[in-house]
Amino acid sequence: MVKSKVERTAKNFVLYFIYIIGSIALLIPLFWMVSTSLKTPAQIFKYPIIWIPHPIVWRNYVDAFLAIPFLRYVGNTVFIAFTSIIGDLLSCSLVAYSFARLRYPGRDFFFMLMLSTLMIPGSVTMIPQFLLYKWFHLIDTYVPLILPAYLAYPMWVFLMRQFFMTVPFEYDDAAKIDGCGYLSIYWKILMPQIKPALIAVAIFSFMAHWNNFMGPLIYLNSQEKYPLALGLRLFQGLYMTKWELVMAASTMALIPPLVIFFIAQRYFIQGIVITGLKG
Amino acid sequence: MARLSKLKRQEMFIGYLCLLPWLLGFIVVTAGPIIASFILSLLKYDMAHPAVFIGLQNYKTMFFEDPLFWKSLKATSYYTLLVVPLSVIGSLLIALLMNQNLRFMNLFRTIFYLPSVLSGVAVALLWSWVFNRDFGVLNYLLDRFFGILGPNWLGTEEWVIPALAIMALWGVGGGMVIFLAGLQGIPTQLYEAAEIDGANSWQEFWKITIPLLTPTIFYQLIIGIIGTWQTFTQAYIMTQGGPNYASLFYVLYVYFNAFVWFKMGYACALAWILFMIILICTVLVFRSSSYWVYYEAERR
Repeated sequence: MVKSKVERTAKNFVLYFIYIIGSIALLIPLFWMVSTSLKTPAQIFKYPIIWIPHPIVWRNYVDAFLAIPFLRYVGNTVFIAFTSIIGDLLSCSLVAYSFARLRYPGRDFFFMLMLSTLMIPGSVTMIPQFLLYKWFHLIDTYVPLILPAYLAYPMWVFLMRQFFMTVPFEYDDAAKIDGCGYLSIYWKILMPQIKPALIAVAIFSFMAHWNNFMGPLIYLNSQEKYPLALGLRLFQGLYMTKWELVMAASTMALIPPLVIFFIAQRYFIQGIVITGLKG
Repeated sequence: MARLSKLKRQEMFIGYLCLLPWLLGFIVVTAGPIIASFILSLLKYDMAHPAVFIGLQNYKTMFFEDPLFWKSLKATSYYTLLVVPLSVIGSLLIALLMNQNLRFMNLFRTIFYLPSVLSGVAVALLWSWVFNRDFGVLNYLLDRFFGILGPNWLGTEEWVIPALAIMALWGVGGGMVIFLAGLQGIPTQLYEAAEIDGANSWQEFWKITIPLLTPTIFYQLIIGIIGTWQTFTQAYIMTQGGPNYASLFYVLYVYFNAFVWFKMGYACALAWILFMIILICTVLVFRSSSYWVYYEAERR
């Protein structure tokens, strides 16, 4: 059946209508956050709502920034995130290399075992882990937050393994003939081939550590060691009803993830799709 | 083993060596703690006094003497039952709507996907302001467009879980991306063949699209269930489990027991039950999958 032109135009019209309504609905919370962050207290409690603040109060951002040691918290978060990203990239790729390119007894068993651990809720292991770190006097340090990144997170191992699998085995064989050892095959030949996976994991890892709340909440006591997530929580406690400041702080906290999302969208989606399709 | 060539042995050695980070992690932060957690669940331990062995008392207390345990079960399962089906169906529908070759398609996909990458404290703060009874944008829009007087979302027992579910559905675009990939992976020949056989688009949808997406739906269900049972940050920031424990999410309750009241043994018992719940849910979904998940390889 050939659809008439009118019918197709009508269908497209309906589709666009849905897309636009949906987009507006999804963007309203973000727009509302930014709009609130630029209002005076009087404008916030106006009815009907003022969408575009007038005057625009940029000062709120300065106040929010100065109300807590914002820069220090950002610095702490960036430190935790970057040391973890390095760990995640190294450990996950090494384990993925082992699963994807090497043959040895027990490999497939270990691979299945690793995937099955994804089902284990973090709260089951959380308390013994805490006691273990406490026993080693590592509470109120960054070790409990960073160390796990060096122990290969299964989901990301899986992602990298899928990428390693797509590289032709001739690469390994050719390198072996040229006298390349296994580890230099991994590092020099294969790692450059899976760059998209490395970027995807780096982004996921950054997002996870930027947003991690429960970990720091459990392990950190000193305020000067807080990452931004705990800083925001502190902020909420101090300025409960000053919504313009709370929203300014939230906006600032969401800018880095947003920027990264827009820069690296392609890798992001690729990674999500691969890990998401494993079922 | 002695008959393995030198090369094979070397490959084996390197293989295990590279596996080491995960293997260490598995023993030290996964398997070990799981066993330790079970042993702890049989103890009364507050970190200040020596642990006392009390057998299954923690489990008995939980089931027979602790109304909060039941409240947290209720809150979390209610939330799961709302969020998981709605987000799977929602993201599938959106993916179907978005699977078009129209202009500005990438822009719309990006907008739909965007909220799902944002999470954590800032998002929780943002939504507590959206849900504000008197000055929040949600109640304003409800009043403006539908003439409905919106509830006190986070302040009433019956609305707090639906509110948090709405917030979770904001991230429906994450599932959309996965379904879109699934849709684009369906070979077009199947549709062409169906059209030759005279199938209409409704039949094509139910006989081709849905069966070929069942593995993705299956995966989304599992991931969704595991995720909702571990909800923590939103509840901690937005409600602290209130009002009247109506949003006392399970993990929040575990956290309170362990790190606020220092009932380590009891918290471990709770965590073990959570482990069992997730295990049972996953096994049930897996078991049911042979009835409704379609794997192409089986038919060959």
